[in-house]
Amino acid sequence: MPGSAIEIENLTKEYPFGFLHLKKKTSLEGLNMQVEMGEVFGFIGPNGAGKSTTIKLLMRLIFPTAGSARILGKPISDVEMHRDIGYLPEQPYFYDYLTAAELLDYFARFHDLTAADRKERVERMLKKVGLETARKMQLRKYSKGMLQRVGLAQAILHDPKVVILDEPMSGLDPVGRREVRDIILELKRDGKTVMFSTHILSDAEMLCDRVGVIAGGKLRGVGAPGTLVDMKTQGMEIVFELRGTSNAPLLSKATRMGDCYRLQVAEEELYAAIEQLRAAGGRILSVSQVKATLEEFFMNLVEADRAQGSAVEVSGK
Amino acid sequence: MRRAGAVALNTFREAVRDRVLYNLVFFALLMMAAAIAVGQISVGIEQTVIVSLGLSAISVIGLLISIFIGVALVSKEMDKRTLYALLAKPVWRWEFLLGKFAGLVLTLAVNTAAMALGLLLVMIYVKHALERSDAVVLVAVYFILLKLALIVALALLFSCFTTPLLAILFTVGLYIVGLYVQELRNLPVEVMSPAMSAFTKWLSYLLPNFENFNVMAMAAHGRAVPGALILQNTLYTVVYCTIVLTAAAVVFSRRDLK
Repeated sequence: MPGSAIEIENLTKEYPFGFLHLKKKTSLEGLNMQVEMGEVFGFIGPNGAGKSTTIKLLMRLIFPTAGSARILGKPISDVEMHRDIGYLPEQPYFYDYLTAAELLDYFARFHDLTAADRKERVERMLKKVGLETARKMQLRKYSKGMLQRVGLAQAILHDPKVVILDEPMSGLDPVGRREVRDIILELKRDGKTVMFSTHILSDAEMLCDRVGVIAGGKLRGVGAPGTLVDMKTQGMEIVFELRGTSNAPLLSKATRMGDCYRLQVAEEELYAAIEQLRAAGGRILSVSQVKATLEEFFMNLVEADRAQGSAVEVSGK
Repeated sequence: MRRAGAVALNTFREAVRDRVLYNLVFFALLMMAAAIAVGQISVGIEQTVIVSLGLSAISVIGLLISIFIGVALVSKEMDKRTLYALLAKPVWRWEFLLGKFAGLVLTLAVNTAAMALGLLLVMIYVKHALERSDAVVLVAVYFILLKLALIVALALLFSCFTTPLLAILFTVGLYIVGLYVQELRNLPVEVMSPAMSAFTKWLSYLLPNFENFNVMAMAAHGRAVPGALILQNTLYTVVYCTIVLTAAAVVFSRRDLK
């Protein structure tokens, strides 16, 4: 076990509100979590679940009401810790009077890099995120997707050991999302630890070694995407073609999908169903297991949370 | 300090690219108009008119920049969230504040120096030559710059804990009060209770004293400014700015960003 890159203990954030700030809204409640060295960790949850709050607490942009956290063994209060951390804020906005190259050079100045090293890294990063041709354009002329790419470039500019990305796919077109996914996988190949928040579950399933699911400010589960959900097979899916017509009773349960049909049956009924379909003139195209997805797990949590009405907890003094 | 320097240079670059220095065009037009107008005025008071007008313009333009941009130094970065990526770098919040302060003071220094040069050129045009005693104009310009640095520090402090509008009101209010600190100190004690008298005296030392920076009348009449006053104002600005910026750093170091 290589050890934890990020350790979070009982992290809690309450925001005072109301007249004289006597009431409190809990955005994050007693979060305990570890992100292991070298893994890609997805932090998933609906909007307002506490993902960005957690990341902002780790970056010391806001301060915890209780609890503590360490990154690479150092307390988050240690500013020098940021030498080994890259961070992409949610919906990043940068100095719009600068060009991408100027912005990256500016941020590189905080990392003790020589002028030659800065220049080389800026060029490399612009190439990596596909902004070489727009390098001399002021950021005020950039699209949302381009700003996201600049944000990603500044996050990995100094070759950090831990990269924390807040909604990195937000605002990107399919090509951009694919490029970000490739960068995350490349970081993983280079042995970096990546923690990213998202509400796009397919991205989390595709990229993450483990995910943490958060809802209503509370962590609801941590594990590999496959182990989080119920791994038991929920049934078998048969996809088949049918030539001519048939009155087989099983066909009434099938769903038409273009030229073929889809039928879901219980695991123990699979062989009987296949025989019936063949007898009715059907040609079996594929048979696969039906399992619960991360999305279903996620939605169940959100629904349960809504039912409890605990998304926002309010306590008056 | 190197990191604060990077923030300062970026702040200066922002001011230049946001066309803050365009005010120099206004100043140039004002000075040209004054130079033409002063020719119509009787001989002997050209120096007084030009210097008074020039120093007043330098002061007012500087005040507007230092208050409005000074308040926006931090609040704009928080509103636009440009601060997020920066504070995730190995930089202390006090270094950021110091850098923003230094960047705006650098902008004001360049701006004030350019205006001072313009004023000297107009003086040459009107008087056909500069005299040794005209050096007092440069001292007056230096005092204006010290005053502006103090205002930037105050604007920065207020913007660290309140809204931009309130920060502007507090800064302007404190500047106006600071112009009358000497009067506050010299209030007749016989009309006040001893406690009130002690309080006003104590308050007069706590409030920024902007009166000492005003040597416009001396400059207009070519009278020399004592060296002791130059040293006193310089030290006063350094000490007062250090105290105000330290307070700003303490407040800002614990502030949650949105």
